[in-house]
Amino acid sequence: MGELSRMWREMPSRYRMEGRKCENCSRVYFPPRDICPVCHRDSIGKMKPVDIAGNGEIISYTVVHETPPAFIRQKPYVLAIIKLDEGPMITGQIVDSEPEEIKMGSRVKSVFRRISEDGKSGVIHYGYKFTLDK
Amino acid sequence: MSGIVSYGSYIPKYRVKPDEIARVWGEDPENIKNGIFILSKSVPSPDEDTATISVEAARNALRRGGMSGQEIGSIYVGSESHPYAVKPTATIVSAAIGADFKMFAADYEFACKAGTAGMQNVLGMVDAGMIKYGMAIGADTSQGAPGDVLEYSASAGGTAMIIGRERVAAEIKSTLSVTSDTPDFWRREGQPYPTHGERFTGEPAYFRHVTNAAKMMMERMQTKPEDYDYAVFHQPNGKFPTRAAKVLGFQEKQYKEGLLTPVIGNTYSASMMTGLSAILDAAKPGDRILAVSFGSGAGSDAFHIEVTEEIEELHKRNVTTVRKMLEDVKFVDYAIYAKFKKKIVFGEEVE
Repeated sequence: MGELSRMWREMPSRYRMEGRKCENCSRVYFPPRDICPVCHRDSIGKMKPVDIAGNGEIISYTVVHETPPAFIRQKPYVLAIIKLDEGPMITGQIVDSEPEEIKMGSRVKSVFRRISEDGKSGVIHYGYKFTLDK
Repeated sequence: MSGIVSYGSYIPKYRVKPDEIARVWGEDPENIKNGIFILSKSVPSPDEDTATISVEAARNALRRGGMSGQEIGSIYVGSESHPYAVKPTATIVSAAIGADFKMFAADYEFACKAGTAGMQNVLGMVDAGMIKYGMAIGADTSQGAPGDVLEYSASAGGTAMIIGRERVAAEIKSTLSVTSDTPDFWRREGQPYPTHGERFTGEPAYFRHVTNAAKMMMERMQTKPEDYDYAVFHQPNGKFPTRAAKVLGFQEKQYKEGLLTPVIGNTYSASMMTGLSAILDAAKPGDRILAVSFGSGAGSDAFHIEVTEEIEELHKRNVTTVRKMLEDVKFVDYAIYAKFKKKIVFGEEVE
């Protein structure tokens, strides 16, 4: 049940990319942090939820050929490091594109997709992935 | 007058052609294409389902309307392919759009008209003053058994309509439904693919319900086919809606804008609603639309809609139109289609 609790707890960030903004230094964090690693104790009580638009740019990427079971129908697939327009850098899957279509600097936008499921009778995990923003 | 405040659609990017399906099952593709007038159909990615499609459509509707999820007072998702048998798709959509905890929500099922049943429900709630804005979604990743004629048409897509009383872009002047117990199409609990009672599919089911609902609406509104700029009907294939339109007295120029099945297939609960979405993309203030859905089992929902000047505000927002979604596509062969649609089955230890 640990994974179920975690999924439920992380829904705001996984489903709609809710991050945190330190109102002390204005830095934006995604995934959300409870404490700003720059301001430390000065950020306590000042980490406010902020919506991440989900737009960004590919900084680096790799093509995954040996996949976890949940991704077997999608291989090979692309995992990229994306610099979001709000500042944070995250790892995300690029979907609906062939690996040869991916370029450094390509603009991407977030989409809502299935990530995995806990077997045939378990819960379905949803979250953000990215597509090329043409 | 209440009506459509904003709208948004989503159609998966992948397509498969009937030639490819016919090649595998030893059918004549020209017979299929001539018989049902479907030239390609949309295919969901392996990581897409009715919930993800509903969320994308809902987000497009919110973006087009310049609204936040917090403004939505109810969400009804109509589909026959909800990812859970028990756990509403509407709850997933509400979390994904950041809707308020205090809201109405449920899933609907009425074959291909569950989405428009949701529209009627939201309209009633708006008119009753229960909510300011509500969202009705029709979305499906429909199933056709391998080799069955439904495999040529059953596709995927979704459309969300936000209905309210303020900033109305398309007034819903009237709506009505017809319902009967007709055994034209069904899927029993636990069965992966639906069954169709073939002799009931045409006249007793589709044509009886669609044409009667349309006639009743025109009688109620004292209108004739020529009084409408657009007409859109449920589209199980490319032939039925054009025949229904002609029987009722509509011309091609009135129904071609909303006729999408020839290129995306039958998106089931999203079918008529996505056709309506494409019409709203092109509509001008003052345009009149007759929209009639159909759900097997069977029933039809008819809507008389009049477009207002607010539609121009929606057109100004940079949100992907249905026509744009039809341009950016990738074709796959039957093997990839079968893999994506999980017709190739792994053991539970593998996937």
